[in-house]
Amino acid sequence: MIVEIGHFALILAMFAALAQSCAGLIGGQRADYRFYTFTKRATDITFVGAAIALIALIHAYLTSDFSVKNVVENSHSLKPLIYKIAGSWGNHEGSMLLWALVGAGFATFLSHSKEELAWTLKSRALGVQGLIVALVIAYVVFASNPFVRLPNPPFQGNDLNPLLQDPALAAHPPFLYLGYVGMSLVYSLAIAGLLDGKVDAVWARIIRPWALASWMFLTIGILLGAYWAYYELGWGGWWFWDPVENASFMPWLLGTALLHSAIVTEKRGALAAWTVLLAILAFSLSLLGTFLVRSGVLTSVHAFALDPKRGVWILLILALFTGGGLLLYGLRASVMNSDKGMFAPVSRETALVLNNLFLVVATLTILVGTLYPLLGEAIYGRAISVGAPYFNAVFTPLMSIILVFLPLASFFSWKRSKITTHAKKLIPALIIAIIGGLVVAFIAKNKPMSAVGVTLGVWLILGALSEFLQKAGLGKSNDVVKRAFALRPMYWGMFIAHLGVGVFVIGAVVETSFQKEQTFAIGIGETVQFEGRKITLDKIASLEGPNFYSDAAQISVNDGKKTIILNPARRYYPAAKMPTTEVDRKANLFGELYMALGEPNSESGASKWVLRVYFNPFIGWIFGGYFLIALGGFLSMADRGLRVAAPKASGDIAKAAS
Amino acid sequence: MKRRHKTLIWIALGAVILGGGTVLGAVAMKKTVSFFYAPKDVLVTPPKLNREVRLGGLVLTGSLKHTNDGTINFVVTDNVANVNVSYKGIVPDLFREGQGVIAEGKFTDNTHFKAERILAKHDENYVPKEVADSLKKSGEWRGPEAALKEQKQP
Repeated sequence: MIVEIGHFALILAMFAALAQSCAGLIGGQRADYRFYTFTKRATDITFVGAAIALIALIHAYLTSDFSVKNVVENSHSLKPLIYKIAGSWGNHEGSMLLWALVGAGFATFLSHSKEELAWTLKSRALGVQGLIVALVIAYVVFASNPFVRLPNPPFQGNDLNPLLQDPALAAHPPFLYLGYVGMSLVYSLAIAGLLDGKVDAVWARIIRPWALASWMFLTIGILLGAYWAYYELGWGGWWFWDPVENASFMPWLLGTALLHSAIVTEKRGALAAWTVLLAILAFSLSLLGTFLVRSGVLTSVHAFALDPKRGVWILLILALFTGGGLLLYGLRASVMNSDKGMFAPVSRETALVLNNLFLVVATLTILVGTLYPLLGEAIYGRAISVGAPYFNAVFTPLMSIILVFLPLASFFSWKRSKITTHAKKLIPALIIAIIGGLVVAFIAKNKPMSAVGVTLGVWLILGALSEFLQKAGLGKSNDVVKRAFALRPMYWGMFIAHLGVGVFVIGAVVETSFQKEQTFAIGIGETVQFEGRKITLDKIASLEGPNFYSDAAQISVNDGKKTIILNPARRYYPAAKMPTTEVDRKANLFGELYMALGEPNSESGASKWVLRVYFNPFIGWIFGGYFLIALGGFLSMADRGLRVAAPKASGDIAKAAS
Repeated sequence: MKRRHKTLIWIALGAVILGGGTVLGAVAMKKTVSFFYAPKDVLVTPPKLNREVRLGGLVLTGSLKHTNDGTINFVVTDNVANVNVSYKGIVPDLFREGQGVIAEGKFTDNTHFKAERILAKHDENYVPKEVADSLKKSGEWRGPEAALKEQKQP
């Protein structure tokens, strides 16, 4: 019964979203407040309907209702509670339902936000968002319905893919969708701005918090995914440049570009047209991501729940919103008057434009690399694959160029700036960075790139610190620390995020250059040597979990001073008929010892176990840096000054910016 | 007029960066693109040795052998030709006999392949797209279930 209520609520939500769409667009067009009031009500109904639908689905999972096909395919009565809940969105149908709910949720947030000044803009934005949500719900209802019942319900379910039964991955899809779908609201606001004929500083001020929020969620989503891949897949890596990973990374990069260009539009009234274009493209890439992940047109190691037929629907939605958005963009080019805000060649505006050009080109190279295998067959006459070597060779140099200039550019003031005055303040940072690089070059003589990378990382960290302290009045005031804490959250956000980039760069460079890895075949009681450590397999214990069996190894590691114990294991999930590798890790100040247990090898008489051991130096810096980037986004978003819709007087803007 | 100049400068700069990116991408693509081989492709066009490629097919039932130093040997087949693969390391969780597989590595000769990575799939019914395509071409494709069942029959 509850399942039917959910199904019904979802259909209701689809019609409510259509009504929201029509009323919102008409209300904005005719400047009729009654339509606006109506679209706000409809937005609430859409959200409540979609929420009831998801709750009904979760309820079916919690009660293990095996008359529902989706529950049978993805759940098991013995599955732990958290994975019953997460299982509802861990599959294709449920995840698209979550997509619709998040889209409706963002619309509801916008509808209830207190920016009444631009109500026609808001009305149109709710209209566009309503159309997006209505189409996604229609897709769920007609092409991928999670509420389908089975005529002959089985007694037990097939279980959720065991690899997905993991805390980080339970949270990964919701965060990723908050990011992807948040981009849809930025898109809606951009289209609304085009329709409204007002794409200016006020508009930029309205979209920026939404862009920041979705970018931050996307950052966290990617972080959780990378972290999961690192400890769950047992490969000792965290990023593989797989199409599915790129699908989330491309909107993130464009989102990064968007955040920076929106600052220029907000503070200086310039680059409005560019900001709108980025908003349209960022959402298009989010949809493309959904398509690539769900359709299986590209070979991915993360191949979940594929269905090429249903992919076509997503492709149609993608074509409609990208094509429609770009068409409108061309037709309404005249309303995006970028004649304001003249600036000199050396200025913050110039720096941000360059940042944007590089980020967009970097995104394009990833897009080409990701889609190239589709063309490859035509060009080479055979299937090809584009892997990490391509992306490393292209993406790394392009990003390095932006990052080298980042610390200097962050000092620039609006309109006109001087390189020499600012360069002086960065001399200490530069000297320390070079010393750091030389130290690394001395330690690792055969790895010059690692020294270059570390120099860049230190330069970024100290550059961010120098700029921040400067803002707090270093050299002018005695209580710099006190003044630093009094600075607006926005400045903290910028500082922390740029600091995070430096931390990430150091982590990524050191980890890739100095990772150690070795595979052993080891019997019980035997000892092997790894990087100055003695590794002994003490025993293998057979255990039983709620829905799995496990062979857990006890391995003692002696580095000459003390002994630590690691317990990598292999699990077998009988319902899904699938084994998983459960790695174990121990971190110290410099890195992490990482062990994955392979299959036993009993053919040679005495039973030997395959054990793969890694030492991943500075791995924590990679995830830590990424976390700092997300935290920076959060702090910027928390800045109340951003939320005020009324534009400040230009004098104030100049003061705030300097 | 002056403004138009400025716009032109930006467009030129954008074009330069885009051009640089394109050249960089094209060079990298040429150097790094790796071809996909099905075992029967090897009969037609012998692979270049010591270049990183992908080999895909089904793991022949009964061919999986473990050795004492942790190396595994198995045969990848498309029911037309076979290639012997050796790999040292931990295979992905869903690697098993009769299952579709993609191995990344180098051919040491026309029938031997040294794998550096075995690609994991997270879905047990999954047959890699290239493998499915090449099976279709050799007329051995009967849907993912059938492809696996076929292998399981002795």
